[in-house]
Amino acid sequence: MAELTMIQAVNLAMREALAEDDAVILLGQDVGVDGGIFRATQGLIEDFGAARVLDTPLAEAGIIGMAVGMALNGMKPVAEMQFSGFSYQAFHQIENHVARFRWRTNGRFSVPMVIRMPYGAGVRALEHHSESREAYWAHTPGLKLVIPSGPIKARALLAAAIRDPDPVIFYEPKALYRAFKEDVPDVAEPIKIGKADVVRVGKDLTLIAYGAMLPRAVDAATKLAGDGIEAEVIDLMTISPLDEETIIQSVKKTGRAVVVHEASRSFGVGAELCARINDKAFFHLEAPVKRVTGYDIHPPFFAREQHYLPSVLRIYDEARETLTI
Amino acid sequence: MPRHAVERLGTVTHLSILDETGAVDKALEPDIPETDLLEMHRAMLYGRCFDERMLKLQRQGRIGTFAPIKGQEAAQIGAAAHLRPSDWLVPSFREIAAQIWRGAKPRDIWLFAAGYNEGVAIPEDARDLPLCVPVATQLLHAAGVAYATKYRGEDDIVMTFHGDGATSEGDFHEALNFSGVLDLPVVFVCQNNQWAISLPLAKQTRSKTIAQKAVAYGIPGLRVDGNDILAVWVAAKEAVDRARNEQIPTLLECVTYRMEVHTTADDPTRYRTEDDVAPWRKRDPISRFETYLKAKGLIDDKTLKGMRETFRDALKHDWQETQERIEELDAGDPMGIFDALYAQDYPHITEQKAYFRERLKRERAHG
Ligand SMILES: Cc1ncc(C[n+]2csc(CCOP(=O)(O)OP(=O)(O)O)c2C)c(N)n1
Ligand SMILES: [Mg+2]
Repeated sequence: MAELTMIQAVNLAMREALAEDDAVILLGQDVGVDGGIFRATQGLIEDFGAARVLDTPLAEAGIIGMAVGMALNGMKPVAEMQFSGFSYQAFHQIENHVARFRWRTNGRFSVPMVIRMPYGAGVRALEHHSESREAYWAHTPGLKLVIPSGPIKARALLAAAIRDPDPVIFYEPKALYRAFKEDVPDVAEPIKIGKADVVRVGKDLTLIAYGAMLPRAVDAATKLAGDGIEAEVIDLMTISPLDEETIIQSVKKTGRAVVVHEASRSFGVGAELCARINDKAFFHLEAPVKRVTGYDIHPPFFAREQHYLPSVLRIYDEARETLTI
Repeated sequence: MPRHAVERLGTVTHLSILDETGAVDKALEPDIPETDLLEMHRAMLYGRCFDERMLKLQRQGRIGTFAPIKGQEAAQIGAAAHLRPSDWLVPSFREIAAQIWRGAKPRDIWLFAAGYNEGVAIPEDARDLPLCVPVATQLLHAAGVAYATKYRGEDDIVMTFHGDGATSEGDFHEALNFSGVLDLPVVFVCQNNQWAISLPLAKQTRSKTIAQKAVAYGIPGLRVDGNDILAVWVAAKEAVDRARNEQIPTLLECVTYRMEVHTTADDPTRYRTEDDVAPWRKRDPISRFETYLKAKGLIDDKTLKGMRETFRDALKHDWQETQERIEELDAGDPMGIFDALYAQDYPHITEQKAYFRERLKRERAHG
């Protein structure tokens, strides 16, 4: 058991994967000597060598394209994009190839790999360092999208992602990198990709969140409990493929749902959840499903980024409103 | 039939005029009017003072992350000195001295660095694009701007900046190739400061120089001592004139060094030692230029001291003004976060704006 921040837990998962499987290789900008700009790979080049912890030239398309080739030839690349805002330089490699290799070769080839990237606002960064555009990846068939919400889950989910036979986008909420510590077990308790987690049981409504919004949803639930309202909180963990069963079961029980994400509102994960709930639990609904999300704008420069992000109070207010119907 | 050398593909020259001791190569020394020399010196020194001040502000938590320019003043000023107001400047993110040369206001630079969108305040008549964070992406914009200029038959040129790391991105190669194929009036100024965050140049490319990459695209490549203002000035003049008069693009590699952190979020002790940096301290672009100007009798220690004091006072005043503006912005409402997304408003934005206005009241009442 060790008290770790989320970034340390991410580091631990990669260390364990490198130790466990010779096919695993890390690659990205500054991941070696520097240990990664967020220190996710700190100490790994020292212990596993420069051939397995590869400092690459400054080219995202190069990193992902190389990773595709490596994966085609038996390796398990774990690629780092320095910020999700620079993953678009590799968009064509991800959409054209990472997401499709299994399908376009009728299963002959596959490209199991993990693409890690920090996303989200709240760390007072420059433009292109604060967006939350998970919908791009979730919208792409053939990709899996995993978003941890804390150290224990980050470690277990990253381990699962690296073992997964298909490519996984591992979207790391950078605002949580050092936000809190958890006791991370010596041996990871496995978490399946494709499963959501009911982090709080309640009967009055269902709050669905993930990543950096999960702690805020939990805080809102605590505040609601002060009013005698019992919110069930679901941490999606895997955005795609979605764990519909857990969500539908919960909504059938509570009859009310509020989806929380920091990504902008339109065409986002919240919209998909609303649709699924409509499809599968419509007659159990007591109120329309609500979305508490970022606005349909780019996150403002950092002096005003908190205005953009859903606050605990806003989640609480919206949940209360759902209950008045 | 047999194997033979293809035609000579091009040569890459290296130019140095003013060495690190301040000694000048008389045969190569350009004839720059004294007032221009002094203006360039002033801009370099001001850039240095501005950078130092900004680093302090960042360390005090008053502004956010930024990319210091220390050591790269000659590369920026020597190149930008040739731009006319109607020419275009397409920067990356480490050109504060060049941006100030072009008229950017300290207050705006700091407002931007403090996280306010209002800091991007490009005057209507300025042909300066904003700071560009995604590495190398701006280089293609420069080519496109140059195409439009040429299309309209104007003789304005485009100068764009990038780093050594940027030369690994596809956009860099595409920009050089498009500019070559389409004969575009653009000057690519590479500030080869030897580092891309923690990655040293040797791990970025096997090429001996960056300038030689131009050869592959059939355009001229020049390499200069980027800490030598005279060499940068001469090479940039050649490149700018060629772009303006002949519509030929140039890749101008300025060999310099990043003396400071990559950005204020970076810790260079993890990947380089004082031994790496030390030789470059002696190659400082400003001190050698000052030796030169002193020998010419254009400045002395007293003028320098006076300049530093004037800059310090002005910067203090500018920061005060920035702070006042920040207080004003913080006291005002932040509804502007919905502005300028499209040329017009749409119902969903209007609706979200109204919702946000109500939220603001609620959040503020709640403290
Ligand atoms: C496309 C993209 N990838 C990664 C980054 C993160 N990043 C910012 S600056 C930088 C290094 C740039 O090196 P170089 O081009 O040499 O410019 P310098 O910082 O030395 O001025 C990196 C990797 C980015 N801004 N954009
Ligand atoms: Mg560099």
